[in-house]
Amino acid sequence: MSKKITVGPVGYMPQSAPSMGVELSPEGKALLYGNIVEEKEAMRDAAKALLTMKNPTIFPGPQVLWDWRDDVADKSAAILELASEIPGCKIIPMPDYRPKYPKIDVKAEINPNHPNLTILDNKIKACVFIGVHCHYANLSLRMIRAGTDCYTIAMCAMMGHEEAMASLRDVHADNILAFRDVVVEVRNELGIEHTATMPPENPSLPKEDWGSLTPADYGEYRSLIMSRKGEHVAEVE
Amino acid sequence: MSLNKTLKDMDYLLNEAPREKHFITGAQAMAEAVKRANVDMAIAYPITPQSEVMHLVGDIYAQGHIKEYYRAEEELGTMSAIAGAARAGVRLFTATSGPGLLRGLEAIVSWPGHRVPCVLGVLTRVINAPLSIQPDNLEMAYLMHSGIVMLHAENQQDTFDMTLAAFAITEKVDVYIPVSVSTEGFFVTHAKGYVNMMSEELAFTENDPYHAPVPAMDNEVPPARIQRDAPVQKSNFMSYLIHSVWQQEIWDSNRRAMKYIYQYVGGPIEVTNPGAKVMLVASGCAAAQAREANRYAQEEGLDVGFVKVRAIRPWPKKEIQDALKGSKAIIVPEHNIVGWLCKEVQASIPNSGDVIEGPRVYGGMTLPVELIMTEIYDALGMDSLVLQA
Repeated sequence: MSKKITVGPVGYMPQSAPSMGVELSPEGKALLYGNIVEEKEAMRDAAKALLTMKNPTIFPGPQVLWDWRDDVADKSAAILELASEIPGCKIIPMPDYRPKYPKIDVKAEINPNHPNLTILDNKIKACVFIGVHCHYANLSLRMIRAGTDCYTIAMCAMMGHEEAMASLRDVHADNILAFRDVVVEVRNELGIEHTATMPPENPSLPKEDWGSLTPADYGEYRSLIMSRKGEHVAEVE
Repeated sequence: MSLNKTLKDMDYLLNEAPREKHFITGAQAMAEAVKRANVDMAIAYPITPQSEVMHLVGDIYAQGHIKEYYRAEEELGTMSAIAGAARAGVRLFTATSGPGLLRGLEAIVSWPGHRVPCVLGVLTRVINAPLSIQPDNLEMAYLMHSGIVMLHAENQQDTFDMTLAAFAITEKVDVYIPVSVSTEGFFVTHAKGYVNMMSEELAFTENDPYHAPVPAMDNEVPPARIQRDAPVQKSNFMSYLIHSVWQQEIWDSNRRAMKYIYQYVGGPIEVTNPGAKVMLVASGCAAAQAREANRYAQEEGLDVGFVKVRAIRPWPKKEIQDALKGSKAIIVPEHNIVGWLCKEVQASIPNSGDVIEGPRVYGGMTLPVELIMTEIYDALGMDSLVLQA
């Protein structure tokens, strides 16, 4: 198979995968290095990357971080099960899409406007995008391909992503568990011994202490939390 | 929807639903498509010749086919309001003409980057001074670099079918940028033609704003309670890079629309006699005249073919190359002075020197078939005066 989409860094100004002729896979198929393949083939290559490359990481996006639809809890639980079967796997969330100024905490989160910072700082060589809205996933995956040597896997609830090395489409909880099974299968084939272990707590996140917050902690957004004159806010989320 | 309609997918509506023949104007055809598209909201500011369309859309709003409709303060306000309404996840329609399009252009060119799904009717009109309300399609040249999908309707039937199809294309999750349907003012909008339409009891299935590549601004639903369009104006490499890949994403989305243009409107071009010695390439109203010139040529036994271009964006470069392979002269009749279609064709083929730049009419002038025939005779080395006599 000729690889149309390869692990980067591809350079300063990346050419987009669709402009290179890569098309999204039809239902029931997947993309692997820009080629349409059987789902199992893409899953096995992705599993091998997660098992053999350094610092494998799952980046869950807003659609699986918030319990806003009936299937989200199942999907999120499946993601944890997948992570538990990958030795040394971390979970770093993409909680929103705002650029993080003046500086992102690259240990705590990833952001679509500068995703390569989190990848480079954590020396992540294989990653999974899941639950990120397609537009932002496309931007992130292209920037990662441009400036890092990270193998990217897109697990998309919709049509998939041309920019990822491996792209799975129509992914829901059952499909995540199927991928977990493939990970275990490939892991056994590679002779990697592992006991299912939950990923570590995010080390950068401080203990939540909302009592000590001041408006200054909200920076440029402080006006949004300041009560108006005469207003008494009795409840907050 | 306030009326009790039967909701159907676009494949059924366009390809399977029984149709009846009507004799209506292009403006009526566009409004009838809107009637069947299950539109949530229409916003517009009137301008001739678009005002006929939006007047009719106002009528169908009053009849209950559309949930909300208002006249904005002017076109920049109109197009900005469309962008705002799109964030709330509603299905949208607007239309404008010539100067109105240019006035709204600042907002329109921001739509694709904001991932605004909507349908924009462009009923073409002169934009140059001195003031004129007459048709030419120069304004489409300005739209060609905006990133939005552009369809160009030849006649009333195209106007109906393309407008309806546009609502399906714009909401595809891998597209999700606006789709414009252009047609010539007056020549199509105010002239009657036969249009086969399905029952108005049928309508396009509801829009699902959560089946989208960006979050809808629903403050009750957490994944959307986030800023959608990042302000990336900081002066550093990362902000430049995100903007560059964002621009790429606009054009990638445009490119992805091609498969839906095949699915819903029969492909980006229509070809008659591919590989003929002389090929006519035209879009919109000029395609109707080129089609007629091609018919004349066939009656005279001339080696002539015809390409009608339905999709201006995404531009069907490969299809054009294939259709024109082997031809010795390519004639591009147009309704504008700059020849934007001609330039696209020239840039698409290796033998661009074989492209004849015209005939072109503008300022409201009609495009007589004889003008095209003269070019055909010249291209074939025939004495056109003798033949026409």
